[in-house]
Amino acid sequence: MSEARYAVGIDLGTTHCVMAAVDLAVEEPDGAAQWTVPVPQLTAPGAVEERPMLPSFLYLPHPDELKSEDRILPWGEPQPFVVGELARAMGSRTPIRLVASAKSWLCHPGIDRRAAILPVEAPEEVERVSPLQASIRYLEHLRAAWDQRYPDHPLAEQDVILTVPASFDPAARELTAEAAAAVGLSRLVLLEEPQAALYHWILAARGEWRKQVQVGDIILVIDLGGGTADFSLIAVTERDGSLELERVAVGDHILLGGDNMDLALAHAVRAKLAEQGTQLDPWQLQGVTHGCRSAKETLLGDAKADAVPVVVPSRGSKLIGGTLRTELTRAEVTQNLVDGFFPSVEASARPAIRARAALTKLGLPYAQDPAMTRHLAAFLARQVGATRDLAGFENRLPAGATFLHPTAVLFNGGVFKAQPLLERTLEVLDAWLAAEGAPPVRLLEGADLDLAVARGAAYYGFVRRGRGVRIRGGTAKAYYVGVESAMPAVPGMEPPIEALCIAPFGMEEGTHAELPPQEVGLVIGEPVRFRFFGSSVRRADQVGAVLERWAPEEIEELEEIEATLPTEGRQPGEVVPVRLRAAVTEVGTLRLEAVPRAGEETWKVEFDVRGES
Amino acid sequence: MNVSQPNFSARLSVALRAFWRILNDAAFAGGVLRLESGVAAPPALPDEPAKSAPLRETSPDAAMQLLALLQQEGRFVDFLEENVTAYSDAEIGGAARVVHEGCRKVVRDYLKIEPVRAENEGARLTLAAGFDPATVRLTGNVVGQPPFTGTLMHRGWRVAQITLPKLADGHDARVLAPAEVEL
Repeated sequence: MSEARYAVGIDLGTTHCVMAAVDLAVEEPDGAAQWTVPVPQLTAPGAVEERPMLPSFLYLPHPDELKSEDRILPWGEPQPFVVGELARAMGSRTPIRLVASAKSWLCHPGIDRRAAILPVEAPEEVERVSPLQASIRYLEHLRAAWDQRYPDHPLAEQDVILTVPASFDPAARELTAEAAAAVGLSRLVLLEEPQAALYHWILAARGEWRKQVQVGDIILVIDLGGGTADFSLIAVTERDGSLELERVAVGDHILLGGDNMDLALAHAVRAKLAEQGTQLDPWQLQGVTHGCRSAKETLLGDAKADAVPVVVPSRGSKLIGGTLRTELTRAEVTQNLVDGFFPSVEASARPAIRARAALTKLGLPYAQDPAMTRHLAAFLARQVGATRDLAGFENRLPAGATFLHPTAVLFNGGVFKAQPLLERTLEVLDAWLAAEGAPPVRLLEGADLDLAVARGAAYYGFVRRGRGVRIRGGTAKAYYVGVESAMPAVPGMEPPIEALCIAPFGMEEGTHAELPPQEVGLVIGEPVRFRFFGSSVRRADQVGAVLERWAPEEIEELEEIEATLPTEGRQPGEVVPVRLRAAVTEVGTLRLEAVPRAGEETWKVEFDVRGES
Repeated sequence: MNVSQPNFSARLSVALRAFWRILNDAAFAGGVLRLESGVAAPPALPDEPAKSAPLRETSPDAAMQLLALLQQEGRFVDFLEENVTAYSDAEIGGAARVVHEGCRKVVRDYLKIEPVRAENEGARLTLAAGFDPATVRLTGNVVGQPPFTGTLMHRGWRVAQITLPKLADGHDARVLAPAEVEL
């Protein structure tokens, strides 16, 4: 394969995809050598337009709904589906045929992510797609857009950096890499989104970034997208006299984002109208949501206005008579967004967890507590020990600190275009820090909250070639398999489970862990499942460590993993002792292998096995 | 005067004018020779096109496309088609917000419109000789020679850039908004 000319960063977002590129032939990427790649897409039937973002929506039209020439794209034959702006627009009228938030489904541990389940609400006759297929469609579209623009440098031959939430579990990462492989992106690397945002900040600050941070700094990256919230902590360390960056912790996967905020406002307006005796139908509620989004932007962007009218046009052609008018006041926005999503809470606050109703529909596990600040408090408290063993950070935290004290904050995501939300977050953080005698955080000024991740990812392609500072860190979790303890069985009780560490914290790309001394038994010809666990706080556990008990917040259970030994040359049903070995691929995915006692052969252990039984 | 059969005095006048012109104008002399020998005149040269008014048809597709966008985002056609006299100003005002916000979005997204003159309205300005009358229209006491000095009444607007979505070949641009039928 020829040498890559460009590094292409792809932000495959929950609500939007963005593609950016950097020319690898230049010495230092500045504005001219780094750009966002416009994506042609259908914006109305038969109308194709280039937009900087591709909305991550897939619409599965009825055969009579769109003429084939109205589905045409600048490349190739019309597809039986629609991706992008038109998909979003059509889906707002016919939600039963719309696939949205495929990325959140891709990391939904409760489902088989290769199964055609989307749209969940679709009637029988709609041919559904899997979360994996939906991701493939978006990537296919982006690849076609690139190949059309740069026919001499097809995307398959470029270095592609695909971003994933830092909180993505190993199965979701592997599925993302699989989607990329399915569209032929063979020179692929995964990068965590908060890291990409920080790379963008480094790029935007040029050489100046070294003056804005110093050794001992802990940078908190808060990435709040359309559908998810993602936290990371990055420490500024020193090696041989030069600054280095090390990602020391990542947060849990929280399904909470900007779209929730627009919806919250819309429901507030709906309640207000209901008090006045006006009931909204679903179509009008959508109009209200749309109106609230722009009213919110006006109110949060302009300190002068106290109320902004929200007008919901009638659906029929009679515009004037049927138009519904109300207004959104500053007080309502403050109450619902600033206080609702970013309440001023103590550092000891924790997200509320409600017991889920027994009969929940198949749906996404949205965050139950909308308060970002409580999620943040929980994250910082859980990671209080994140820098304890880091050289230069030994005495950084005061003895009684209840949470890790960040010294700088980088915001990312369109939500933070609203200055009051950003200010409130800083205010809350500073209050927590002041209570423990720590100085306030510094705000790292980032540029372009919407496009930073893709641009930072493209720049990472440059950095990977040894031309810029690289954020180190490796895997942000240690991984364990569940093995039954050798205790005598007690009637009526499940045998207790012990967690055997097979992958330590911080494994770098392209490395593999030691073989643990413990063996587990695999049955030839039969799939054998193991319980699988991850910990984002147990940094010291080495391969082979066995935990008999642990605090519930220390270790979380992930999806089961499964190994199947082929029957060739062996007796089916025979039990073979194997050891489980973990590796992190060059792409950045975790790989587990079963290694038998003798012989060269190894077998891959699969993630994401639910539904295949 | 009968042009095809001129009388004697008219013929004398033509003969004298023709005499002088044959002496001075070689092309005219050639034409007379051809007339005398009965040869048909050569077809008109391509650089002398037939004299029709230099007007062109504009493409209606782009106009319909822009209308469709204004309707889609700002309900523009709905608004124009309504009988506004039947409603109060408050009702019209509510609808006008929808139209204004949506149409403005279309104009901002697809067109780059800028003022022709950067000066503030009401300012005095001087137009030097050779100004483009297509971009500046003179009104009032329009006499004499440039430079002209006057007051800027309207700054004017000019499209600096326009990028409309590309249309598929078979797309029927006449449909500004499809009828909607909910099942």
